[in-house]
Amino acid sequence: MKNSELVSKYMRDSRLPHIWCPGCGHGIIMHSIIRAIENLGLDKDKVTIVSGIGCSSRAPGYMDFNTLHTTHGRALAFATGIKLAKPDMKVIVISGDGDASAIGGNHLIHAARRNIGITTIVFNNNIYGMTGGQYSPTTPHGDFGTTAPYGNIDRPFDIANLAAAAGATYAARTTAFHATQMTNYIQKAIAHEGFSLVEAISVCPTYYGRKNKKGSAVAMMNFLKESFVDVKAAERMTPEQLQGKFLMGEFKHNTQLPEYSAEYQKIVDRLRKE
Amino acid sequence: MSKRIVKLMQGNEACVAGALAAGMKFFAGYPITPSTEIAEGSAEKLPEVGGKFIQMEDEIAGIAAAIGGSIAGFKSMTATSGPGFSLKQENIGYAALAEIPLVIVNVMRGGPSTGLPTSPGQGDVMQAMWGTHGDHPVIAISPQSVTEMYYETVRAFNLAEKYRTPVILMPDEVVGHMRERIEIPNADELEIFDRLKPVEGEDYIPYGVREGDLVPRMAGFGEGYRYHITGLFHDDMGFPTNSTVKAGVKINRLMAKITDNLEDLISYDEYLMDDAEIMIVAYGSTARTAKNAINKLRAEGIKVGMLRPITIWPYPVEATLARAKQVNKVLVVEHNLGQLMLEVERVVKSEAELHFLGRADGDVFVPSDIVKKVKEVL
Amino acid sequence: MGNQFELRLSGSGGQGLILAGIILAEAAINSGLNAIQTQSYGPEARGGASKAEVIISDAEIDFPKVQDLNLFLALTQDACDKYIKGINPNGIVVVDDSITLPADLKAGKIYSLPIISTATDKLGKGIVANIVAIGVLTELIDVLTREQVEGAVLARVPKGTIDLNRSALIEGYALVNN
Repeated sequence: MKNSELVSKYMRDSRLPHIWCPGCGHGIIMHSIIRAIENLGLDKDKVTIVSGIGCSSRAPGYMDFNTLHTTHGRALAFATGIKLAKPDMKVIVISGDGDASAIGGNHLIHAARRNIGITTIVFNNNIYGMTGGQYSPTTPHGDFGTTAPYGNIDRPFDIANLAAAAGATYAARTTAFHATQMTNYIQKAIAHEGFSLVEAISVCPTYYGRKNKKGSAVAMMNFLKESFVDVKAAERMTPEQLQGKFLMGEFKHNTQLPEYSAEYQKIVDRLRKE
Repeated sequence: MSKRIVKLMQGNEACVAGALAAGMKFFAGYPITPSTEIAEGSAEKLPEVGGKFIQMEDEIAGIAAAIGGSIAGFKSMTATSGPGFSLKQENIGYAALAEIPLVIVNVMRGGPSTGLPTSPGQGDVMQAMWGTHGDHPVIAISPQSVTEMYYETVRAFNLAEKYRTPVILMPDEVVGHMRERIEIPNADELEIFDRLKPVEGEDYIPYGVREGDLVPRMAGFGEGYRYHITGLFHDDMGFPTNSTVKAGVKINRLMAKITDNLEDLISYDEYLMDDAEIMIVAYGSTARTAKNAINKLRAEGIKVGMLRPITIWPYPVEATLARAKQVNKVLVVEHNLGQLMLEVERVVKSEAELHFLGRADGDVFVPSDIVKKVKEVL
Repeated sequence: MGNQFELRLSGSGGQGLILAGIILAEAAINSGLNAIQTQSYGPEARGGASKAEVIISDAEIDFPKVQDLNLFLALTQDACDKYIKGINPNGIVVVDDSITLPADLKAGKIYSLPIISTATDKLGKGIVANIVAIGVLTELIDVLTREQVEGAVLARVPKGTIDLNRSALIEGYALVNN
């Protein structure tokens, strides 16, 4: 399907243009989500997209599904209610790095632990964009933000592996540069029965880029291209070659563990039979 | 009509029974004393009726998931107590602005902070009104008995569904934990209200009010109407707006849910008020103590009566004012250091002399405390 | 206000006195009376002094807590010391025989009975001390009959323990009548 057709089929075009800055990576990720949904042939009425607060969390408003823009950090908790109430619904959460791993970090690890059938797409731009460039849990050590004027002394989260360690049964990371691979991962994540997470590395030229002298949006996209290495390729690389590189790829894919709302339904069915 | 079941029941248990009778199909919450029996009862009963229960990772997630359940089309409830009620405040505001029906039970214990977890209090009255930021509609109800826990839970669900707004049920710990005799009504004795759904064949305007309706009709997610819900101020289609005109229309419509429907929302009870010269205002278990005290005082010939708000928000202003004009003195008794007293003061003004009896140390008043206070202010 | 009978059952958390209060209140309601049961407890699930209060009446009960204590039960010294105050001078005091009562205690009738040792030694199960106590109280509360109380006990206890609990009640009745 051509891009223009994809847009008219899945976007609320009266809501466009979006609020994102020129050069922002978020549009690419949103595109990958609707491309993945198209590839999976999902019924739009049976898809719910939930978000929290932040730049990325404005995405659902532009997308023609059941869409819910919630409070900061709580998207997964709202989404858990919807998924448990309606297990047949495909529930996708769109969240930022701050929304998902700072204020919403507790909901992230518990949704992963339950293995509830929600797909979380983390739009990770390493900064709080909407409030103007404060450091987030994924801002690299030593980088700058408006609240880290002397350099960030925090150590960053690895969100994909955090989710995997907490019990997510599908966890992957890719970048806005690797758009085709991103569509592929998101598609696999949505098709996955249990809790799935795709950490989508975005770029924020307006705040993170300027604060850290990363150059233009194009330069930042080139950085993604140059510095992310697939986990499988990394196995064959020397420590020297891996210096300054980041890992992407599929970190976990386990289809054996039971999905939460299906497990609950078993209790309902058993009690109703008795 | 079949015979009603008569049994000994705990207040929190009656809340669950009332919720199920009202059609509750979804509960999400987090354990906290003294409300936990409501979660436990819901966990046991909901799957039996095809409903869903989930214990979330924290109080905030509890209300968030409950809102999610309601958006998915199910009558939904969460329950908590003091500290948890504080944590839920942001999402109470969310449900008010996004117009999501929801029942929040707050079994009041001693506060502030962790406070007195196993002791009664009534210190959350003002928090129910003002706890979340911004102006917003509030309906809060304080039952005084196990029977009222049942019926007022049913009413809380009906009001939540009818007005598309969160309704807060606020028993104190005494009412939540005591066990007493209740006659469970038969299903056909209860009036149950279900949220109105979009009219088929009509264009659905998610936040537009149809002619003759009180509130916008609510489609559940997955029912074929793809629309947007947000905690930002929004237009009739549900999309964010910065228009001050649209924001003004929205907030005024929200507040009018309360101001235009006071008669439907307000519930109160009077005891021996017709010839009263002194009026006690009390609610929840404190009102029972006051009633006992009134009987003792009446036996001594002292003309004292009581106005008991059952709906505490919106407060029964008209009824209080009418009685304030009749009596000489008003005595507010509550398990805090003067919260609803402020509202009574606002209403009574100079119509009667105002007195207050309060405590917030975890112990309850005994009737003789109130007898003594009335005699003092005579 | 009609005839009202007010009880306070006290002991250590885990001794089942709140359950005993619930059972007595249920027995009262099943026999057409009104009853209310409240409790107060600390943070401990086991240990610590706990009390349950029951009011039985033939009319509406407004104030839900005890004002005029007609019957007081204590199974531990700690609970007795903490909760005996307020006993009506004509009221009934029932304590386990391990308990020393205040020297200045004024009550209508005082029963010091081997409730706990009956459960542990005679029945071999300390856990049924609360049911032995219910047996004792049944004999002392005019408005409750053995049939009503037994029905309420058996409705609340686990199925496999019905014989044990029935024996505990019978031992309780006997403690008063001997």
